[in-house]
Amino acid sequence: MTDVAAMRLEARQGRGQIYFRAFVGLLLRDTRVLRRQVFAISARTLINPLLFVFVFTYLFPKIGQEVAAGRGISFATVLLPGLVAVSIMFQGIATVALPLAIEFGTTREIEDRVMTPLPVSGVALAKIVFSTAQSVLAAAVVFPLVYFIPATPVHVHVSSWPLLVLVVLIGGFVSGAMGLTIGTLFKPNQIGLIFAVIVVPTTFLGCVYYPWAYLAAARWLQILVLLNPLVYMSEGLRAALTPELPHMPTGAVVGALALLTVVLTWAGIRGFLRRVLT
Amino acid sequence: MEDAVLRTEQLVKIYGGRQRVRALDGIDLEIASGEIFGLLGPNGAGKTTTVGIWTTRVLPTSGRAFVGRIDVVTDPPLARRSIGLVPQFNTLDRACSAWENLYFHCRYFGFDGQRARRRADELLAEFRLGERATAFPNELSGGMAQRLQLARAIAHYPSVLFLDEPTAGLDPQSRLAVWEMVRDMRRRGTTILLTTHNMEEADQLCDRVAIIDHGKILVCDTPNNLKQRTGAQRVLELHVDGARQSLAEGLGRIPAVTSVEITQSGVRVLAGGGDGLLSKVFEIAQGYQLRDISMTEPSLETVFILLTGRNLRD
Repeated sequence: MTDVAAMRLEARQGRGQIYFRAFVGLLLRDTRVLRRQVFAISARTLINPLLFVFVFTYLFPKIGQEVAAGRGISFATVLLPGLVAVSIMFQGIATVALPLAIEFGTTREIEDRVMTPLPVSGVALAKIVFSTAQSVLAAAVVFPLVYFIPATPVHVHVSSWPLLVLVVLIGGFVSGAMGLTIGTLFKPNQIGLIFAVIVVPTTFLGCVYYPWAYLAAARWLQILVLLNPLVYMSEGLRAALTPELPHMPTGAVVGALALLTVVLTWAGIRGFLRRVLT
Repeated sequence: MEDAVLRTEQLVKIYGGRQRVRALDGIDLEIASGEIFGLLGPNGAGKTTTVGIWTTRVLPTSGRAFVGRIDVVTDPPLARRSIGLVPQFNTLDRACSAWENLYFHCRYFGFDGQRARRRADELLAEFRLGERATAFPNELSGGMAQRLQLARAIAHYPSVLFLDEPTAGLDPQSRLAVWEMVRDMRRRGTTILLTTHNMEEADQLCDRVAIIDHGKILVCDTPNNLKQRTGAQRVLELHVDGARQSLAEGLGRIPAVTSVEITQSGVRVLAGGGDGLLSKVFEIAQGYQLRDISMTEPSLETVFILLTGRNLRD
């Protein structure tokens, strides 16, 4: 087929097909870049949970300094859903927010990406979708880590597969949308701040190391942390993976994640449009 | 214009914020198919904003802009299919190699894998980047990066190409190479709009130019017509140590002289035809310690300075 003939063919393409191909093109590009960075991505995904389970659930029991989760439950069991949730959450920051800050700032690459024949919101959406896929992968590789390393028994029992899949998928999407919102909110020279201001507080106050129900002891905090998206991912995974632990009702988790999806996707796309179009 | 490929109607852009800036103040332009059109103006005149609106990255405050029959404000994705852009700054994908930059660009524009691969190979060869196919943008020289941006801009066969200061910061060899490529694209029927500060570039490449300042079009014509508009056929530069003001007044009385301007080291005289001009100028300049004199034809730069003045812009 000559190029001119090919162009005529393309001219007949419907709008949906034009958008779809551009969208797929963006995902293909991200996949190629991801493949090249497998080592770096594995390192940033695995090292934190690896050291955490190693120190708290392997080393601590060995040296007799065990952290007790109380109520006859091992700390390792509490940690498992929490750490998987953190790894889902962190992908949004690492794959959307940080690269975005660079693309907006030093390199201005984003100006090229938004020249694709796709509404600009579609370019933003492609970033969220790709981040979702990476969150799922991260959850899959972190899971065996936090399951096999602890010296104390980990009690995992999938109460509901659909719930598990749903929480991982929506959680991944929410984390991508949050990454987009953060990436468009911070100026490129404030990247370092993202860790101090967002990642650390979100993680420590995200019901990662304790079930939400235990926070009843500090009621004000229990209410305050409801603003943290990570809480619903941790609690959702607790409901799906370690149902014997206290966890939020499934309906509350799914409802909150659905609401966060809408709000953060809206905020992220709006921020993206604001930064890209003048 | 019947066959206008690019058109604007009363384009206005006001940037908000602490200081309201009226970047465009009613721009009307029409550019015909196959033209190389130059947009000239000092920094902040509105060139990049105009290009930004046409390339769908800047939203106009009012007015309309068209690429072909597509309104770029109401249908940006479709407009983007018809345009290629080489922006002022290097926006190459830093995480992808030279080849991948072209390959993925083609994928974004709907090429299937095989065609995208073929097009990427073909463009690398055409833009003499074949040996650097696996190099990343940060490993390319300025000239190579610019050639790659050009290759990327035309990869999807756009009918209009926007070049925003395409040769800024390039060495003379690379500049000439870019010019040659631009002419080559025109030969293949691409309409080209370029912005530049470089008057020689505009003169060499453009069929028509518009000089823009403070968001308004001052003139729009062919380079030759613009040069003739000064009413001058010759430009004399006199370097003197004596009183420049009174010399200027003296020279201004010569009938063939159309205008006299005081410069840093003497005066500049724009004059029409006629014999004996030089001897008359010499005669008058005698008493002013004449150090040097040179004569040139009026250039676009003469026109540009005449219209936009000598004040520095930020």
